[in-house]
Amino acid sequence: MGRKEDNIRKALAIMRNVELIRNIGTVAHIDHGKTTLSDNLIAGAGMMSEELAGKQLVLDFDEQEQARGITINTAAASMVHEYEGKEYLINLLDTPGHVDFGGDVTRAMRAVDGVILVVCAVEGVMPQTETVLRQALKERVKPVLFINKVDRLINELQLDSTQMQERFAKIITEVNKLIRRYAEKEFKDKWMVRVEDGSVAFGSAYHNWAISVPYMKKTGITFKDIYQHLKEGKQKELAKKAPLHRIVLDMVIQHLPNPAEAQKYRIPKIWRGDLQSPLGEAMINCDPKGPVGMMVTKIVMDPHAGEVSVGRLFSGTLRKGQELYIAGLGNRKYRIQQLSMMVGPDRIPVDELTAGNIPAIIGLRDAIAGSTVSSIPDVEPFEPMRHYSEPVVTVAIEAKHTKDLPRLIDVLRTISKADPSLKVEINQETGEHLLSGMGELHLEVTIYRITHEYKVEVITSPPIVVYRETVDHKGGPFEGKSPNRHNKFYIEVEPLEESVVQAIVEGEIPEMDRIKNRKDLTKQLTDLGMDREEAKRVEAIRGPNILLDMTWGVQYLNETMELVKQAFFEAMEKGPLANEKVYGLKVKLVDAKLHEDSIHRGPAQVIPAVRNAIYGAMCQGNRVLLEPIQKIYINVPMELVGAVTREIQQRRGVIVDMEQEEYQTIIHAKAPVAEMFGFASAIRSATGGRVLWSTENAGYERVPRDLQPQIVRQIRERKGLKPEPYDEKYYAEM
Amino acid sequence: MLTFVGLGLYDVNDLTLRGKKVIEDADTIFAEFYTSHLIGMEPQELEKTLGKKIIVLSREEVEQGDIILESAEKGNAVLLVAGDPMIATTHIALRIMAEERGIATRIVHNASIVTAAPGLLGLQQYKFGRTVSLPFPQENYFPTSPYDAIQENFSRGLHTLILLDLNPKPMGAKQAMEILLRMEEKKKGGIFKENTLLGVVARAGAPDCLVRAGYLKDLLHEDFGPPLHTLILPGKLHFAEAEALVKLAGAPREILG
Ligand SMILES: Nc1nc2c(ncn2[C@@H]2O[C@H](COP(=O)(O)OP(=O)(O)OP(=O)(O)O)[C@@H](O)[C@H]2O)c(=O)[nH]1
Ligand SMILES: [Mg+2]
Repeated sequence: MGRKEDNIRKALAIMRNVELIRNIGTVAHIDHGKTTLSDNLIAGAGMMSEELAGKQLVLDFDEQEQARGITINTAAASMVHEYEGKEYLINLLDTPGHVDFGGDVTRAMRAVDGVILVVCAVEGVMPQTETVLRQALKERVKPVLFINKVDRLINELQLDSTQMQERFAKIITEVNKLIRRYAEKEFKDKWMVRVEDGSVAFGSAYHNWAISVPYMKKTGITFKDIYQHLKEGKQKELAKKAPLHRIVLDMVIQHLPNPAEAQKYRIPKIWRGDLQSPLGEAMINCDPKGPVGMMVTKIVMDPHAGEVSVGRLFSGTLRKGQELYIAGLGNRKYRIQQLSMMVGPDRIPVDELTAGNIPAIIGLRDAIAGSTVSSIPDVEPFEPMRHYSEPVVTVAIEAKHTKDLPRLIDVLRTISKADPSLKVEINQETGEHLLSGMGELHLEVTIYRITHEYKVEVITSPPIVVYRETVDHKGGPFEGKSPNRHNKFYIEVEPLEESVVQAIVEGEIPEMDRIKNRKDLTKQLTDLGMDREEAKRVEAIRGPNILLDMTWGVQYLNETMELVKQAFFEAMEKGPLANEKVYGLKVKLVDAKLHEDSIHRGPAQVIPAVRNAIYGAMCQGNRVLLEPIQKIYINVPMELVGAVTREIQQRRGVIVDMEQEEYQTIIHAKAPVAEMFGFASAIRSATGGRVLWSTENAGYERVPRDLQPQIVRQIRERKGLKPEPYDEKYYAEM
Repeated sequence: MLTFVGLGLYDVNDLTLRGKKVIEDADTIFAEFYTSHLIGMEPQELEKTLGKKIIVLSREEVEQGDIILESAEKGNAVLLVAGDPMIATTHIALRIMAEERGIATRIVHNASIVTAAPGLLGLQQYKFGRTVSLPFPQENYFPTSPYDAIQENFSRGLHTLILLDLNPKPMGAKQAMEILLRMEEKKKGGIFKENTLLGVVARAGAPDCLVRAGYLKDLLHEDFGPPLHTLILPGKLHFAEAEALVKLAGAPREILG
């Protein structure tokens, strides 16, 4: 029997025994070594050839990943590892580190129960480290820590053994501080990483060795020995004495939960259905005999097979040919045409897969990332996987040859299905497509794919950022009349409390179309500083915007409220200034006069009336355009600080902080995304390539006053709108 | 000058002589058929018979008013409305807009379903409570205030005239009864039950006008033919009314008590 067949046979056998499974991911700041680690783990476990591992990054198989040296798509692989005489199956998702692909990390966290948090020993805990750790904890995914690139501490920074250990201690302390900050109460202490118990390991993914305290104890190797090996350039030897995969996979098996353990506390967090129902019980217990409960976390476009739905099977058993339902799509059935699982880096067709695994299914035509799949029709769907950041950059895209237009439309549909972080819109006026993504790189990669993989030649506009709209003071009450003039709505708007905006953006307060638990919400909002009378009267939350009903005893308003909400949703989706989304607005319905007869106050009457009242009130509150801001972290030799500072300042940027380290200066800056296009090559040439940098999206700030009118005009023209926004008078007379 | 001219219920023959005169003298003739429409005549036919061009306006155009008011400022404008013009409450807004602009207005009346339906069933006008309209349920909009109004009338022994939505297409009596039953399910006021006595008027004013009264459970299975349909929920019946329902609308004899 060949090695591959042998692996498949083993994986299939273990797959049925939930206690022997671990579903995990790697997460880290960009470039800290996730993929190098993952590759070497797979190779070490004998799932692929060792010569390839680490050097060629098998998991970064995409052409652009190879060319750019970064991970773009979460890749899956599995491996079998023996620990204390038992063989375990480890399903691993290697996530991207670049912020532009952060949505992929968010979604991968739904499929796994544990993560290896990789931190580069040289750079330490970085902003993105915090972001990804927080995302994991939010999903109740347990972390272990791997401190990587230890070789560089000795070979490049020339630290001694004590300094090396101090570095470790600093990183561990910082990671634990973050765990304490972001984990829920019951996990704060339990999930802290500790050197002594082996939930922390150190090593070099690239040179294929690692060490942990339990392994030191078992083998007698000490930090001094490690230091000595590195000093003497004997890493190959070290890799034999302390092989990476052994130490890291031991840590994973010992400290990360199996699916049955994890689902007990994860299901109540990610699924709001009845836990006593047959599906609820089956998922809590990871029961292979119960109804099927699965969440699709990613759609992979396979060049041969088409759309493949990959996700986490929380309960039941999947069989080829079986018919399943997708929540929200009624009684339509979807037949599993092909079922597969990862064995090593390959997708292997199987006939059956049981709860606790990560299946790939062909046949769930209408599934998207986030779909809930079950053997029961219309079950309560899983909580949506909300990514903390939304698309901030847009390009207009056209087919170069008119005959390719239908094909382009098709490709855009396919691509945006596989990548939920992309958004495609159509300019109603020009018919041009607008493609929005998380950043310049995200769009570059996507356009490359369209032209090279899908072979459609396109013309694109220079990138433009996605803006937001708000007001800077109170506006209204503004009267909005229905077209038949028989209904009037009076609306006030004002900036929403900053603390409340934050809580909504971070998902602590979910968006809601109707209020299920008013008491809790009221408390949450008053705790955040909202007036109690207002907090009690929330009708809906959409974007970081809130609709309040402040009226008293208006007859018929109750049966009209759903329409008021709909108008609120529409107005928040398209602001009055430039049809960009509204951000941080409190909308108060303060009075309404309604027609006696319900036929005269249907959707066609109420929606325009309320929308105009909101827009008019926003005019009075002074409409403000917000632009996305990026934080920038730049690591350069001291003598280049001046060049970097100049580059930042040319881009309306400000230097926030500067840290001096041994050989380098770390610059913290922030700048509008709109000015950051082309920064990558500019900074490279300004520093002769001697720079390490990363960015992070950091919310929205007001566009400088003198720039606003011009930007508004540009956006409106691009969208095919009349260049000047309407004024207050226009909405009053509508 | 802006004149609202009622067209009555069925076809051009229902037009009053006064209405006809006003149309002959008009510079511009508008019509709207979304609040109601003639059962027996398409707008094109009307145009042909009257021998004048008629501009049919959409709801938005009438509500907005500009087109009508501009013509009325310059000359004699007429707005043709099926039934009696001011029964459709929305037209008062147009009339007031006109007066505000200094345009004189007047009304040429005609017959309306509001008087025709009770008349056909033999129910007495002074015993009616508030009229209600029954809208089609729409996304996010299933008002139950019609039910409340009906219930209020009913509890005071009054009849209710229930006008049915016309948009996007005229609602049939059967569908109206189903909607009322859905409201009953929500509000549980005990108004609409299997043996609730209801009146149905189909195509009032037309030669094939149909008048029925009976129990809801039976009416649900009857075919009333093409639109327009109207429902009436009788309240407390005077013996003369009960007799009319039996004799004119085929109500079961047992209601005579
Ligand atoms: N010296 C040294 N270099 C390493 C080590 N691990 C990874 N690298 C290098 O660091 C760079 C980034 O490694 P990757 O594995 O691609 O990092 P990543 O975290 O997967 O990157 P993204 O997926 O793009 O976020 C590569 O050039 C690796 O060769 C290590 O232990 N020591
Ligand atoms: Mg990677």
